[in-house]
Amino acid sequence: MESAAHSADLAAVWLTLKLATVVTLLLLAIGTPIAWWLARTRSALKGVVGAVVALPLVLPPTVLGFYLLLAMGPNGPLGQLTQALGLGLLPFTFPGLVIASVFYSLPFVVQPIQNAFEAIGERPLEVAATLRASPWDAFWSVAVPLARPGFLSGAILGFAHTVGEFGIVLMIGGNIPEKTRVVSVQIYDHVEALEYTQAHWLSGGMVAFSFLVLLGLYTFNPARRKQP
Amino acid sequence: MKKTLFFALTAAIVGLASADEVQVAVAANFTAPMQRIAAQFEKDTGHKAVLSFGATGKFYAQIVNGAPFEVLLAADDETPARLEKEGQGMAGSRFTYAIGKLVLWSADPNRVDAQGEVLKSGNFRHLAIANPKTAPYGAAAVEALGKLGLLAGLQGRFVQGENISQTQQFVVTGNAELGFVALSQVLKDGKLASGSAWTVPASLYQPIRQDAVLLAKGKDKPAAGALLAYLKGDKARTVIAAFGYGLR
Repeated sequence: MESAAHSADLAAVWLTLKLATVVTLLLLAIGTPIAWWLARTRSALKGVVGAVVALPLVLPPTVLGFYLLLAMGPNGPLGQLTQALGLGLLPFTFPGLVIASVFYSLPFVVQPIQNAFEAIGERPLEVAATLRASPWDAFWSVAVPLARPGFLSGAILGFAHTVGEFGIVLMIGGNIPEKTRVVSVQIYDHVEALEYTQAHWLSGGMVAFSFLVLLGLYTFNPARRKQP
Repeated sequence: MKKTLFFALTAAIVGLASADEVQVAVAANFTAPMQRIAAQFEKDTGHKAVLSFGATGKFYAQIVNGAPFEVLLAADDETPARLEKEGQGMAGSRFTYAIGKLVLWSADPNRVDAQGEVLKSGNFRHLAIANPKTAPYGAAAVEALGKLGLLAGLQGRFVQGENISQTQQFVVTGNAELGFVALSQVLKDGKLASGSAWTVPASLYQPIRQDAVLLAKGKDKPAAGALLAYLKGDKARTVIAAFGYGLR
């Protein structure tokens, strides 16, 4: 019994790390072009896109969970699309959690990268252009290296925020072991079932993990050190 | 100006404290009947019942940790007994206000047959149940599936709601084709409100005796005592029966 409970906890930890890793990688891929566009554009749409990206900072997870549950359900637009593609429905699945988390953690990745791109300014890219670097080349060999602290912050914050996700997972996850039962949900279950010892182990672990992540972010991030 | 505001605030706070209110923790399956009963209770007695809905297990943890509830309407009989033993529930105040019935339900009118054969057909992806660790209707669903010999085969298709309301919501939105919920959730005026259902035979699970208990914080509150008395009365029992519950 004891060891079964323990292995369920470990499975939740493993699933959470897997989810956060996949989401962070996806967000770096999706968030970088969005951040680049937001940092460089003079378009009137900049405000709109920036506001949409930042929405999850303000919205309660219940709002996102509610709309995702409807949108990904059999009658929702996403659900119709996934069914037409033969993928079935997304709620209660790991890919469903990944998509929800990408929405949820988007601003935590986009904003630090965008700030870093903006901090570079026009000059280094103009210099690169005069040296006949193509925009693509300039992006990879000038902008990205200069914005490295922003990528680091974005990756760490996106990862940590996904680990800390609870409300949306509770609403669309269905609490399935090894698929959607992440650490935060497992803790909630333990507390509800009055299994305080196990709840303490996992909760204490989360506190330690979160503290170390933020400590790393604030101690080693050179971008923050340079600021006066 | 500031003084006026201060007095107004004080008056409001004193007014709130002296109003006859009772804070009630209500098992999620009893949401709809209790809303109706509370409205009648307020009309008939002048007392106001302030309702919180949720999983019984969660309420237990909250009450033990000092939540301000004065009455608990649980989804089982164990939680009230346990609270009484631990001094959080008042001795002699417990009684069974409703006997819950388990139902297999789908939002699709053609999916569930009158014998529940759909469970054996396996013609579905997800079966929603309430968390059996904390919700009595979830435990009853697992017990019934065990007796039918279907538990091992269907366990991989379970999706768990945090309480019975969330379980129903998974089915309402169509994300789970089927789910075990409380009969009270799918009845309206004594008839199935929508979808299709199979009432699970009572022989397949332990009776879900739902007990009420007066909590220590409600000991000296007239409104708390009045509510418990009201729940035993004919008006409340009529509502409870109309939602498909058994009565003692």
